[in-house]
Amino acid sequence: MSSSVLWYTTRGAGAVTLILLSCVVVLGILSTLRVQSASWPRFLTTGLHRNLALMTLVFLALHIVTAVVDPFTNLGWAAALIPFSSSYRAFWLGLGVISFELLAAIVVTSLVRGVLGHRAWRAIHWLTYAAWPVGVLHGLGTGTDTWSAWMLAITAACVAGVGMAIFFRLSSGSADPLAAARTMFRSAVDRREAR
Amino acid sequence: MSKQFALSVDRIKCDGRGLCAELLPELIRLDDWGYPILAPGPVPEHLIPLAQRAVEDCPVLAIALRRTQLKK
Amino acid sequence: MTGLLGTPDAMTPLPRVGSEIIDAIERSRLVGRGGAGFPVATKWRAVAQRSHGNAVIVVNGAEGEPQSKKDRVLMSERPHLVLDGAFIAARALRARHLILYIGERHDAARSAMLRALSARPEPERGRVTASSAPARYVAGAEAAAVHFLNEGIATPTNVPPYPFERGVGGAPTLVQNVETLAHVALLARTGHTPQTALVTLAGAVKRPGVLEVEPHTTIGDAVQRGGGATEAPRAILVGGYFGSWVEPEQAWNLELNPDSLRRNGLGLGCGVIGLLPASRCPVCETAGIMRYLAGESSAQCGPCFFGLRALADACTRVAERGSNPEDLKRLQRWAIDVRGRGACRHPDGAVMFLSSSLQVFGQEFASHRSHHVSRTA
Repeated sequence: MSSSVLWYTTRGAGAVTLILLSCVVVLGILSTLRVQSASWPRFLTTGLHRNLALMTLVFLALHIVTAVVDPFTNLGWAAALIPFSSSYRAFWLGLGVISFELLAAIVVTSLVRGVLGHRAWRAIHWLTYAAWPVGVLHGLGTGTDTWSAWMLAITAACVAGVGMAIFFRLSSGSADPLAAARTMFRSAVDRREAR
Repeated sequence: MSKQFALSVDRIKCDGRGLCAELLPELIRLDDWGYPILAPGPVPEHLIPLAQRAVEDCPVLAIALRRTQLKK
Repeated sequence: MTGLLGTPDAMTPLPRVGSEIIDAIERSRLVGRGGAGFPVATKWRAVAQRSHGNAVIVVNGAEGEPQSKKDRVLMSERPHLVLDGAFIAARALRARHLILYIGERHDAARSAMLRALSARPEPERGRVTASSAPARYVAGAEAAAVHFLNEGIATPTNVPPYPFERGVGGAPTLVQNVETLAHVALLARTGHTPQTALVTLAGAVKRPGVLEVEPHTTIGDAVQRGGGATEAPRAILVGGYFGSWVEPEQAWNLELNPDSLRRNGLGLGCGVIGLLPASRCPVCETAGIMRYLAGESSAQCGPCFFGLRALADACTRVAERGSNPEDLKRLQRWAIDVRGRGACRHPDGAVMFLSSSLQVFGQEFASHRSHHVSRTA
């Protein structure tokens, strides 16, 4: 396979991964915010979230594999799995490895959520808020066409989208209608310090 | 004896997200405050796949599909 | 006749009993006095079957029902009798840990129980610890008590697993009301239970307080012993806030024993007998009690928290603004929606109380006018 085909595939798959991951994060936030309308049921949000997450992993795998097998890049499999071990832009590539491994943990735990239990699953799922920005930084630092117009535009759109979603999440407070009352009652019957 | 499945909801975990009622309106309706009211009895066979999806999709894992042994 | 009260409390050597006491309890048909009225022998057998020397006995003196005073009085006046019952349970169920779960505000009762405990010999005394139950309505429920003793938070949990399967520290646990344990103690000592029951007279009665009644004591007798009603009552609440209203004419002849009450669709519950004076508005009274019960929801289950609040709000609207068909329809509809949809029986008790109110005070609910007097200059 011609090296330049691999190279373009790596860069393209990377861009698609960024777009898909950003959509997944936004959908996850919409799910927490219980967004819903007559034509957009909640199971659509969760269904898309799950399917797009799996697609993200597919494109991420493509991105990694084409990068490693490309003779031009001189990356071994170790560089793809051990953060900061590559010779080429060790730091920025390492961020990509971290992002990939976080995403792998998140997806695997989601697949075995029934066995793992809700609390453990939720704790690991919070790592999403680390995996996404780390992935964005990796893209900005490693990509050779980072400063090309289309890559800048894609990155800007993704950051804007996720940023807005996070803003809405922070300004909404808990979507659970019982949260406040439950906390109040619990603190009224909590005697853990007194025991 | 035939194996049948029944839905049950963990009422403490449930926080009224409503996905189950969207997926299984034949068996689940929401009360005035958004919490599920389950139709009693076993799940009809043709609805079991949807019931399984409702179990998987519940964001807080509050709904479960359990095997019940019923004499036919 | 020796009853629970009225006999001086004394510590005497514990009768040697084993698991055969459960058969005696079964023959006596003793039911729990905490409010649920569950057959005591059934509960004890369930724990005994699962205990391999690790069972736990929780002596439930939480008494969260605001108007009830019987458990407090019993603990204050007969602590040794209650402790006897607890130790007998420990022997029968092979338990080595007993916990006194006494309401945090019941100071006199706690002092009396701890004083009596300190007079007990080892090894019994060393097996008992004490814990203060938070002063909330649901804190006295079995699952809430076990949750509190395990994790320090007195909210009900999902059952199953029931305390008799997996309770304090994961061990088979007996949670038993103090009055029930006192009955068992008398049964072990004398071979029979006194068949009496403790009730608390409340409301429009001259001398409110705790009475010990016999099986054939009627509500009328009990009220007479309490000095009589302060004014003609509109209705009598039998069983506290999770009980039912009864018209006075029916109540006066009603015998205060489980069988007779059950035949009339009633239950002793926590033993509170409240007289509602005719001068008080039953709609406003019902609304007030519903607001209280709604406020005591642990807010873990949506149907209970929102349902009871909606029911209380609807009652309050009727009370403050007058009857209207929409609110009455809502009360009927929500009562059906809420029942059985909580993790514990709190919403069920509240709904049953409301249903009783709507039935006995149907006329008042249908024709209620606001008591609000318009202000004139």
